[in-house]
Amino acid sequence: MNDRSPVEFVPTDAAPREAARLVDDFTPALVDVGAHHLCPGCGEPIAVRSLVEAIDELALAQRTIAVFGIGCYTAFSNNLDVEVLQALHGRAPSVATGVKRSLPDTVVVTVQGDGDMVSEGLQEVLHAAARGENITCVMLNNGVFGETGGHMTATTVLGQRTKTSLDGRDPAAHGRPILLADLVARLDGAAYVARCAVNSAGELARTHRVLRRALDTQLSKAGFSFVEILTMCPTGWFIETSDAPRYLADNLGTVHRAGVLKDVRADAEAPSS
Amino acid sequence: MIAAGCRFFAGYPMTPFTEVLEEMAKKLPAVGGVCMNAESELEAIGMAWGAAATGTPAATGSTGQGLSLMQESLAEITMARLPLVVLNMARAQGDYWQATRGGGHGDYRHLVLAPVDVAEAVELVGRAFELAAAWRNPVVVLGDYYLAHTARAVDVPLPDQAPRPANDWALTGESGGSGHAKLVSFLGSEKQRDGVGYDLAVHYAACAEHTADMLRDVPAEAESGFVDDADVVVVAFGTPGSYVRAAIRSLRAEGVRVGWVRPVTLVPFPVDVISAAARRAKAVAVYENNAGQMLDDVRLAVLGDAPVEFIGGLSLDASGFGIAPDLDVSVLRERILGVVERHA
Repeated sequence: MNDRSPVEFVPTDAAPREAARLVDDFTPALVDVGAHHLCPGCGEPIAVRSLVEAIDELALAQRTIAVFGIGCYTAFSNNLDVEVLQALHGRAPSVATGVKRSLPDTVVVTVQGDGDMVSEGLQEVLHAAARGENITCVMLNNGVFGETGGHMTATTVLGQRTKTSLDGRDPAAHGRPILLADLVARLDGAAYVARCAVNSAGELARTHRVLRRALDTQLSKAGFSFVEILTMCPTGWFIETSDAPRYLADNLGTVHRAGVLKDVRADAEAPSS
Repeated sequence: MIAAGCRFFAGYPMTPFTEVLEEMAKKLPAVGGVCMNAESELEAIGMAWGAAATGTPAATGSTGQGLSLMQESLAEITMARLPLVVLNMARAQGDYWQATRGGGHGDYRHLVLAPVDVAEAVELVGRAFELAAAWRNPVVVLGDYYLAHTARAVDVPLPDQAPRPANDWALTGESGGSGHAKLVSFLGSEKQRDGVGYDLAVHYAACAEHTADMLRDVPAEAESGFVDDADVVVVAFGTPGSYVRAAIRSLRAEGVRVGWVRPVTLVPFPVDVISAAARRAKAVAVYENNAGQMLDDVRLAVLGDAPVEFIGGLSLDASGFGIAPDLDVSVLRERILGVVERHA
């Protein structure tokens, strides 16, 4: 499957008031609260919401255990109406492994950020993928430690300014970003690997399809499924909230390219050439 | 372990813990359990954490060095109120502080049991699973090189048929969509429903209260001998406790008025037994294969009622695995006699 597409920001034509009304009328599934305290413009609530809606649509709410890492999104770990196990920073894949091996009929999903999964806990996700652990790992990638206030992570792109790369990430001083989805896709145990984004309605729709496919991969017991979602962090990027979707497309999105990198089930179904 | 109910085990090979992992890999699948050869100690404790959260009787372990890696998770597993059994097949006895104080962050305590031999280890591992389930708290079984590398035929009691405490808190995946989906978190178990996150102050206070209840209600246990009329009481735990016992018995046979106390539970520490013995004695001696760690707890128990002398020492063999050259009954006899003479 070759569904690579650039992450483009498509401004909506709808008037702000109209957009607000649409959102207000829509009650999120499996979310206990109507409001959150994350920063304006943050992409993480959008991604988490898309994930729990995918769980709801596939009728998995009564067999799902979500394992949360530590980041801004942790604010949601006690506000969801799916079972949640809180893990330490970096450690969600091994904790999820213990859950899945104990309860093989559950659907186990981890939620981690790029600091959590790539900086602190890289070996955990790689080993889980190599084991073909039948879980779904979701990484919310904004290229910074958002919760601590905008510090460099292992996915920060070259030239990106953070509080610990003041003049922009310099390969000589700071090394180069890890493109985790590309790395995971090379491991034989990984059955489904995709990267997507939430910076436009179109990208969010693609993210939603990707999340459903990843969960479906777990249901089919095909192996490890991995979804990397690029999310906005205007606070940690030190830019205006309204500039964040385009900033994502122009910076993170040109390095961490969106697309389905691997889908062994689709490959098996495709006619041989 | 298996007779005690263990159905999930994860570990990373490390001498002298390795044989435990080998045996579990061999025997756990046959009873429907899961044994994971984890890629690191960090992952071993993570896997055990996940299994414990589903209510599966779970265990992990290592030797002290590997347990150092696990401490961050051990601290948070405790704050998440999860039952877990942790084996430390230690090299010598330098992990007393790690086991009894914990090397992690925050206000937490683990229960710690220290078997003297294989037969007692079987009994204490069973009790460790019971205590972990009853108190929803990790329990450490602190062994040593000799215990890990000793094979003995022992009676393994049939599994206790007494009902285990209800696991209403355990994750099953089934409570989602009910409006009351379960949450297992070291940040708090109460859902706030205000979008803000957790109330850490409330959770930490509840955990502290629970820990205090546990330390008060779990009985401390010690084995002792000849303490009623002993001039010198020697305190030792684990395998060295059996050497001290042998040395005391041979000195008693010669009419020397000495006695011993061997703490079986290190947390809670058998303060009452030691303080009662100290009040009747002229001196208390501590033998352990380290630079003097349990020594602190003995001093706290004695509280000045008798002088406390350290007669132990480091394990100085080149391997560092705990073949202490002074772990010898004749050497111990000389050291104990020295204490007797100094306080005659």
